[in-house]
Amino acid sequence: MKIGMVCPYSWDVPGGVQVHIRDLAEEFMARGHEVSVLAPGDDDATMEPYVVSAGRAVPVPYNGSVARLTFGPVSASRVRRWLSDGKFDVVHVHEPASPSLGLLTLWWAEVPVVATFHQANPRSRAMSAAYGILQSAFEKISARIAVSEEARKLPVEHLGGDPVLIPNGLYVDRFAAAKARPEWQGSGGTLSFLGRLDEPRKGLPVLLKAWPKIFGARPGVRLLVAGRGDVDEARRKIPAESRDAVTFLGAVSDEDKAAMLASSDIYIAPHTGGESFGIVLAEAMAAGAPVLASELMAFRAVLDGGRLGVLVPVGDADALATEAIALLDDPERRQAMRAAAAVGVRRYDWATVAEEILAVYEMAVAAGARPESRRFRRLGR
Amino acid sequence: MIAAAAVLLGAYLSWTAGRIDRLHARVDAARAVLDAQLLRRSGAALDVASGGLLDPASAVLVADAATRARTLEGADREQAESDLTAALSAALDDAEFVARLRTEAGADAALDELAAACRRVGHARRFHNDTVRSTRRLRGKALVRWLRLAGRAPWPETVEFDDSVPPTLEA
Repeated sequence: MKIGMVCPYSWDVPGGVQVHIRDLAEEFMARGHEVSVLAPGDDDATMEPYVVSAGRAVPVPYNGSVARLTFGPVSASRVRRWLSDGKFDVVHVHEPASPSLGLLTLWWAEVPVVATFHQANPRSRAMSAAYGILQSAFEKISARIAVSEEARKLPVEHLGGDPVLIPNGLYVDRFAAAKARPEWQGSGGTLSFLGRLDEPRKGLPVLLKAWPKIFGARPGVRLLVAGRGDVDEARRKIPAESRDAVTFLGAVSDEDKAAMLASSDIYIAPHTGGESFGIVLAEAMAAGAPVLASELMAFRAVLDGGRLGVLVPVGDADALATEAIALLDDPERRQAMRAAAAVGVRRYDWATVAEEILAVYEMAVAAGARPESRRFRRLGR
Repeated sequence: MIAAAAVLLGAYLSWTAGRIDRLHARVDAARAVLDAQLLRRSGAALDVASGGLLDPASAVLVADAATRARTLEGADREQAESDLTAALSAALDDAEFVARLRTEAGADAALDELAAACRRVGHARRFHNDTVRSTRRLRGKALVRWLRLAGRAPWPETVEFDDSVPPTLEA
């Protein structure tokens, strides 16, 4: 099949959707399909050969904050050229509700369109005027996919759709093969965290509140913190006696992330909200790190109702500390968790997920292209 | 002699209190005019967004910003109006594209209405803020403050947001 994929966010910026598209593209190419990815980006030269640049994403206010989006007549003509050059059998748009490349693509596509909803974006009623435009654009979509129940909310509640649930994917074997790094490990156990340091919803404040209690109960324990943000500011929030046991790794490469997870006795996900999936929990499970997570709906789902990890109330630093200490004291329980997770995480391996997505493509192609809505002008004829 | 001075002082105070009242009333009226122009601008923006002039992504951006400007209150409202200015400037960024749009009667009329509305918002905000400054000047006088001639009327605030007209609409 000739598959066209559209990424709404800058290709050279780290992000879950970008990783998802990259992995999916490479998985399909490994199976013999032709894939082209259209993405905002500055420089064709630094992007993989299968990626086509659609020009730069610009910062613009949207839904109450600033987003980097790609829109306008020049972007629209680039989309049309990519579509006509590509002669795709099917086009897969990611985050179609974002006013960016995906929306432009599904407007001008003349082949079947499959769309995946990744993020749950809370919206107020203030959106009604824009929803009218989105709804007419969405007539074009042959098949809707959402990565989780959380991600389903927007299309179901506001855009009148019923997306099929296909989870996010990862290469389980790559994480399973990662080796622990002894220089990162602590004699009393190793905890790890991944997320932006300065975004409260990622949960670092909750973890740092629980940390002194954990350190007090297990003095040899070490905490690895990976993620972008002001390290000095974060360090200041840690009491002096436990500060040296915390190692800030900064922004980590994929290999370092896998190694960090493989080195961990517990991976902690203390997020307080805003998570539509939580792929990093699956990555931890694949790398063999027992997971201790806040009971967000998305996390509960990835942990198969909590069976594959330990859940604690959202924002509860005391419960987090108590559970962490209990886990550190119980190596057999951790080993049992590892074993169950190693089996359970296979559900998210690209081998399975890509197969499900391919089946959706085939159904969309079989159903044929839908007639276009003529409401928006065709630019640059 | 003292009686005459007292009468003159009384007359002056009464006149000043009247001036303050009239200024407050003018601030309120100027605010109402500004609000009306803001509604006209966001209405014109919604017409442009839903009229098929723009690509769907630009249309969603403008429609979202216009709706927020019409529904938010207080401090959020000023930010929303600035955001609408930014969204309009971004959506109409391409001068060639706007020139092509203007060759069609319907689109030309919609853009004219939007341009006029944007200009009038700028004027109305200036007029409102000028009146606020005059009121503050008068209320700031020593005698006015000591004798509380302004009563319980709240200290008037200027309205601040980015009201610039998108460059491609200026001509």
